[in-house]
Amino acid sequence: MNDMTLMDSTVDTQPTKIAAKNVNVYYGDSHAIKDVNVEIEDKTVTAFIGPSGCGKSTFLRCLNRMNDTIDICRVKGDILLDGEDIYDKRVDPVQLRAKVGMVFQKPNPFPKSIYDNVAYGPRIHGLAKNKAELDEIVEKSLRRGAIWDEVKDRLDAPGTGLSGGQQQRLCIARAVATEPEVLLMDEPCSALDPIATAQVEELIDELRASYSVVIVTHSMQQAARVSQKTAFFHLGNLVEFGPTGQIFTNPEDPRTESYITGRIG
Amino acid sequence: MTDFSHSTPSAATEPRKHGGSLLAQTARTRKRNAAEKRFRAYGIAAIAAGLAMLLVLVVTIVSKGTGAFQQTFVTLNVELLESKLDKNGNRDLDDIKKVTTFGYAPIIKGAMEAAVEELGIETDLKSKELAGILSKNAAAQLREYVIANPDQIGETVEFRFLASSRVDGYLKGRVHRDSIANDKNISPEQLDLVDELAAAGVLKKTFNMDFITGADASDARPEAAGMGVSMLGSLFMMFVVLALALPIGVAASIYLEEFAPQNWLTDMIEVNIANLAAVPSIVFGILGLAVFINYMHLPTSAPLVGGLVLTLMTLPTIIISTRASLKAVPPSIRDAALGVGASKMQAVFHHVLPLAAPGILTGTIIGLAQALGETAPLLLIGMVGFIASNAPESLADGLLAPNSAMPAQIYEWAKRADPAFYERAWGGIIILLIFLVTMNTLAVILRRRFERRW
Repeated sequence: MNDMTLMDSTVDTQPTKIAAKNVNVYYGDSHAIKDVNVEIEDKTVTAFIGPSGCGKSTFLRCLNRMNDTIDICRVKGDILLDGEDIYDKRVDPVQLRAKVGMVFQKPNPFPKSIYDNVAYGPRIHGLAKNKAELDEIVEKSLRRGAIWDEVKDRLDAPGTGLSGGQQQRLCIARAVATEPEVLLMDEPCSALDPIATAQVEELIDELRASYSVVIVTHSMQQAARVSQKTAFFHLGNLVEFGPTGQIFTNPEDPRTESYITGRIG
Repeated sequence: MTDFSHSTPSAATEPRKHGGSLLAQTARTRKRNAAEKRFRAYGIAAIAAGLAMLLVLVVTIVSKGTGAFQQTFVTLNVELLESKLDKNGNRDLDDIKKVTTFGYAPIIKGAMEAAVEELGIETDLKSKELAGILSKNAAAQLREYVIANPDQIGETVEFRFLASSRVDGYLKGRVHRDSIANDKNISPEQLDLVDELAAAGVLKKTFNMDFITGADASDARPEAAGMGVSMLGSLFMMFVVLALALPIGVAASIYLEEFAPQNWLTDMIEVNIANLAAVPSIVFGILGLAVFINYMHLPTSAPLVGGLVLTLMTLPTIIISTRASLKAVPPSIRDAALGVGASKMQAVFHHVLPLAAPGILTGTIIGLAQALGETAPLLLIGMVGFIASNAPESLADGLLAPNSAMPAQIYEWAKRADPAFYERAWGGIIILLIFLVTMNTLAVILRRRFERRW
């Protein structure tokens, strides 16, 4: 065993949450994802890195079937969540998305009050029996989103009136309010300044205790800081997947090394 | 060689690319600036031309149309003789109704004679000619009053009669003494009488509410014609259009925009909707005639049929504007809703539709305004002509009883021979424009008020 096993040992004990097997994605005629196999573990932060257009966001969106909204997009292969194929005919994507929440690149709060933003998910899924329970869920979620202290006095204010970083944390709070099992994050910090980024990263680390988090990022430092596992995508291929420490210090594939050292990308 | 030229060899050999001093414009810059200045001048000229035309339009309409809102009235003391109006004297309404307008003529003549006598006006006119300055509608006006108030029979009441359209035209400057040489409807002696009555204050030009609330009148009685009933016709049509076009249009747009798969069929539908918006309205009119009247046997001239035809015409407008406002809602909102596990319908109805609502509303109002001003299809389904002389009494009546609509009424008046109707056509245009401007202003206000920027 080498130095890297120190980090691996904490990770390897986790069971697999999502397993992708021979996943191919096509946008019309273009082949966006080629034969990707990956196992995403529970209670772990997995980072997807790679140059723009490499398919990492596309793959992320496959994990909760957000790609269904794109007409020309076709997905082949199996993606198993807890051993169940999420592309099975019997699976209702709506039910799937309640289990696999998502945070988007651009903060996208609903143009409603902060309270309603967070309460929307629990409301449509019937998670609260009454107002008191809903209040509790909203407060808990906003606390987990590390934004409670900033907004507790103005829950009726519109969510769109917050700053960019606050909006993104509100979106994270909204995502955790439905109590998903997996949280997908598509470049959650790309629109944020370094301070807000640090807050969100800290938050991601805390969320790891309860969720399997998958994060797409352009920042390799961010991947190194927040993730335990890293997958490197290039031109639709999953080039390398392994413990973050190993990917960044001792990559097996020369393409990974080139990207990390800044020669491609 | 001097030291100077030596120090700047490049200036001597090749000229600098962007001219010498920044303080002097190069020929090319001057040319470009001149072109820009010219273009601005063209733009200002175009706007000025547009404004000038608008000004001409508004001034013409106002100057020609305001006359219609004023009407000449003659106030007389009328003795409602029991011997003429209720011979049996038992105030039985059926008996009173048996007296036709011919029975009222002598009473009006008498009232006119009495007034002339009382004012001490000397005139050679016979009683029939005296009453000739009143509208042909006067007897009907009085009869209506007596039937409504039978207890007044036997009393002397002060009554305001419409003056004839010639008298009205004389007061408004439309009829002159030299222009009536061949006019059998009025004589110079009658105009003398009019002058005297006007001086005595019996004959007066005042604001005419009846033009706004009244019904159309026959060719011989332009002074009695009003817009009111055709306004109701328009109102009922708009009611039908709103009730049908809004839900159908919005449902179709939501389906096409949010749910329908992208394939050749939806592409075809999209192209055809766009084409439908450009189909001349008279085509919809003849379609309505063929389908709704000839095939489905719906009543002719009914606002219901008019509304159905205008619905066909308005639908493309509403669908196009609704789709545009749905498209304007950023996809991130849909993603956000789907991301927390909302179904597609929940995402649309909870988030997208409320955000698109102001745009949909604006499009609907503009579509309605367009339908309100539409004349051609109404001609084909018979909503033009002297149709309704009474306001509809119920909702069903309003939808099914023959009626006209504002633009068709204006067309009808403009087409009649008497210049008094011509004035009313302009007056009708003012009323129609007030409606249209109000609706469009409302649309702009709604858009401003609820517009959301992301």
